[in-house]
This record gives sequence, structure tokens and C-alpha cells, in this order.
Amino acid sequence: MADLLLELRNLRKRFGGLTVTDDVSLDLKRGEIHALIGPNGAGKTTLIHQISGTLAPDSGQILFAGTDVTHLRMAKRARMGLARSFQITSIIPSFTARENAALAVQARHGSSFRFFRPANSEAALNEEAMAALTEVGLERRAETPAAALSHGEKRQLELAIALAMQPRVLLLDEPLAGTGAEEAERLMRILGGLRARYAILLIEHDMPAVFALADRISVLAQGRVIAHGTPEVIRADPAVRDAYLGEDEVA
Amino acid sequence: MKRPDVLIALAIFAALAAAPFIGFGQGYSLTLLARAMIFGMAAISLSLLVGGGGLVSLGHAAMLGVGAYAVVVLDHARITEAWMVVPVGIGAAALFALVTGAIAIRTSGVHFIMITLAFGQMAFFTTSSLALYGGDDGYTLYNRLEVFGSRALERGIVFHFTCLGLLIAVWALVRALLHSRFGRVLQAARDNETRARAVGFEPYPYRLAAYVIAGAIGGLSGVLLANAAEFVAPAYLAWQRSGDLLFMVILGGLSGPHGALMGALAFVLIEEWLAKLTEHWRLIFGPLLIFCVFFMRGGIAGLLRRG
Repeated sequence: MADLLLELRNLRKRFGGLTVTDDVSLDLKRGEIHALIGPNGAGKTTLIHQISGTLAPDSGQILFAGTDVTHLRMAKRARMGLARSFQITSIIPSFTARENAALAVQARHGSSFRFFRPANSEAALNEEAMAALTEVGLERRAETPAAALSHGEKRQLELAIALAMQPRVLLLDEPLAGTGAEEAERLMRILGGLRARYAILLIEHDMPAVFALADRISVLAQGRVIAHGTPEVIRADPAVRDAYLGEDEVA
Repeated sequence: MKRPDVLIALAIFAALAAAPFIGFGQGYSLTLLARAMIFGMAAISLSLLVGGGGLVSLGHAAMLGVGAYAVVVLDHARITEAWMVVPVGIGAAALFALVTGAIAIRTSGVHFIMITLAFGQMAFFTTSSLALYGGDDGYTLYNRLEVFGSRALERGIVFHFTCLGLLIAVWALVRALLHSRFGRVLQAARDNETRARAVGFEPYPYRLAAYVIAGAIGGLSGVLLANAAEFVAPAYLAWQRSGDLLFMVILGGLSGPHGALMGALAFVLIEEWLAKLTEHWRLIFGPLLIFCVFFMRGGIAGLLRRG
């Protein structure tokens, strides 16, 4: 069971009369990319919110590496090694790309109640931040304020921040959203390369990317997992076709 | 030079050091400059909250008030030694900040402004009711603090350089804080709280620490202000005073402690100059401040950066 990093057990969440997460159980193992797909409004992002700790489920359990984290706060889960990226880019605009990544390094690198030494000259923080930026191909933009990065670069930075946390589990909420073909390809290469070291839960609308990257796919519709399996199984599943995949999209 | 903010601050400190020798050495000028420097410290401490943490406090004058009333209470008990009074003033303000901040920092935005205002008013009315210490009328100190029994602070020039030394220390401290790991977390939470949480930082303890540090510096300013004026009244804690401090910070610019420093000096000196010019100086001062807010985004520091 050591390889089972994330496990959701019968998660439920309602917003008023609307059930957005309906008895969802799924798991994530080390070294795999588990993709979560489904039509808009299926509850994918809501599920990520519950796993990362921004939303509390009404019932059910979330286990991270065997520990029940259902009631832990987001920051605590992050320090345990549960990293997430955001569908809408969430960075510190006034910091440089390097400082954004260094902030994440700082969180797991000793106390941040240090008041006098300039953080910008801490070699240990900077080296690891640069390593994360290099991994996503952003090293040349390290000293650029994050606000001045292009949309694609911001998506890369979003990923670099998650990597700088050196997490065990990566929750990626549409990492390819809004990127051009070239950027998307680059990000896909990066994601493929990450597979060996992390367990990745991937939400993505780009179907060719999902089918190329994922080891397993779960299909969410109206808050429920309606299908689960390898890409081949999902592609062939008639229920999935009905609920979600257009005929031409599957090809 | 990669650090224009340091150059600006050093130029101001040099000018303040030279001032007594180039025509501002009389008692009146020295008192005015001391007042400006003391508000400089208070504004710098507030800028740590407003600029560094995005915490807009409308109750900062209460921190000065607690420091000033610590002087009064001890003076009444015949304790006037600086090495006792200053730590007590700073400690009392830090404690007040800790208790009120622990509650206030649970809120944000407009709620934070309102709750800090409420705590400030609470302190204001408390001091007004202290009949033993003069109530509304205030309390006159007959002497400044003693330093190891010496009355050197009575001399304007000594007090001037004491204030200048402390001002430099406060500026250097706040600047270091903003560049430290602590400051990085504080600013990250200001810009994007969700991101700070997502990488593992709960903003609350960092914000509370900043609030307590700002309160402590405010307390120091209060101790000095009481000694500069040799008089303490509840008006020190009035919300208008908090508004003035906030204005100094915004006037100077939020980009660092040098901004608040310039804002405070400009505020105190322009106020003084206008008051000399006409009895109705507020009619000019008000619109001038509004003009500054509208046309000087980034404050004085912003102007210097562009210029």
C-alpha cells in the first residue's frame, strides 16, 4: 500500500440542492498520471478544491499517503506534500519568477520567521527555485516580474511553483488551459517527464493530451464517476461517449 | 546603484543631520523636526502593515497613544529613567497590538479597517476617562526622560540626534524585515493569499507578527512624541491622527519604508508651512492631499522613481 499516495473514499459535496460531488472514490499511485475528465460543470475543479483543502466535503474521507487529511487546512496539506496548480493562473505578480518559486522552496526549508537576512541572497532557496524553473524551461525568465510573463510562461511558472514544493502528489487543474499549440506541446513533454517522480492527478480538457499522457482515466459527470479505466477502456466505453466525448473527439 | 530607495533614505538622513547647523538649530525648528522624525517612525511602522502586508489599519494612533500614556503613568509614579520607560512603552504597545491584532487580523479589507478603528476609539475613550492622568485635558510632563540620571535630552540638539538615530534604526529594521523570509511571506499573502496557502503558508501568524512589530515601533514613537511635546492628551489617539498617519504612508508611496519616511516629513512640514501662511490652512491642505492622491500614483517615492 506504500505506493497508494492519494485515496478518496465516498466523497460527497452539495451546494444547496445541487450535488457537485456524488459518492466519488478514486485513488492515485506513485508514478502514474491519473486523468480526470468530464464535461463542464461535472465537478472536477470542486473535487480538486476538496482534495487540496479549499473546500470541505460534506462526507467521505481523503487519505494522503495513508493519513486522513479530510479536516486539515490547505497550508498544512501543502507542507505534507500535496501540491496543486490552479486552472486560473495563481502567482505573486509583484515577485519575479524566481521569487515565486523560492517562496515555495522556503515553505519546506526551515522557519520563515527569520527577520533580518535578505531572502534574496539565500543560495539554498535560489538554487532549488532555479532548478524548478529550469525543469519547466523558464530559467531565462527567472528575474522577470511574474506580471510581465506571457500567458504560456505563467502556466509554466504555475507548474514550477508546484515542483518547487517537491511534493509527492501533484494536482494539476487544466495545466494546458489557454496555451498555444507550441506551448501545450512543451508542457505535455514536461508533464510526461514528471510521471516517474510524482503521482499526478490531472484535469484537462485537451483530449489528445489526456489520452497521450494518462495511465488511467476517470470520467466525471454530474459529480459522479461514470467510468474508470485505461485510456483504451475509456475510449471504447459507450456511456462515456454519450455523456461526454463527441464522436470526432475520440478519434 | 541598484538600490535607489537606500540612496533616497540616506540623503534624507544626511539632510536631517545637517539641519541644525544650516539654520534650523533654534528650539522651535528643532521641535518641529523632532516631531517630523517621530511621525516618520510611526509612518514607517504603519507602512510595514499597509505596504508590506496589505493591512490597512485605521487605528495606528492607538499604538502611539499607548506608548505616550506609558510615559504618563510612569511619570506619575516618578519613574523617568529612559531605560525603564522606553521598554515599558514599547512593550505595552506591542501587547496592545498582540491582543487587538489577534482579533483584527481574523478579518480583512473593510472589516479590518473598521475593527482597527474600533479598537483605536476604545483606547481613545479609555484615556479620556483617566481622571488621574488629566482625562480630556491631558497631562503635562515637567521634564523629559533621563538617561542614566542625565538630563541631556532636555537639550534640543541631543533630542534631535536621538530621534534621528532611532529613525535610522527603525527604517533599517523595517527595510530588512521586508527583504527577509518573513517579509516575503507577508508580501506573498498580501498579493495572493490563496497562493501563499497553496505553497504551505498560513498568513495569520505572519500578519500578527507584523502587527505586533508595527505596534512596538508605534509605541516607541509615542514615548518620543510625549517627550518632544512634554505633554500627552487623548487627542494623540484620536482617529484623525490614525488617518493622518495613513495619509503620510500613502502620500509617500507604498514601495518601501523610504516612502513613508518622505510622506511623514512632507506632511508635517507642509502642514506647518501652511499654518504659518494662513489661519485657514486646512482649506488648502485638504485639496492638496486630494490632488496628491489623484495625480501621484505611487506617492512621492513613485515620482522619484519616474523622475
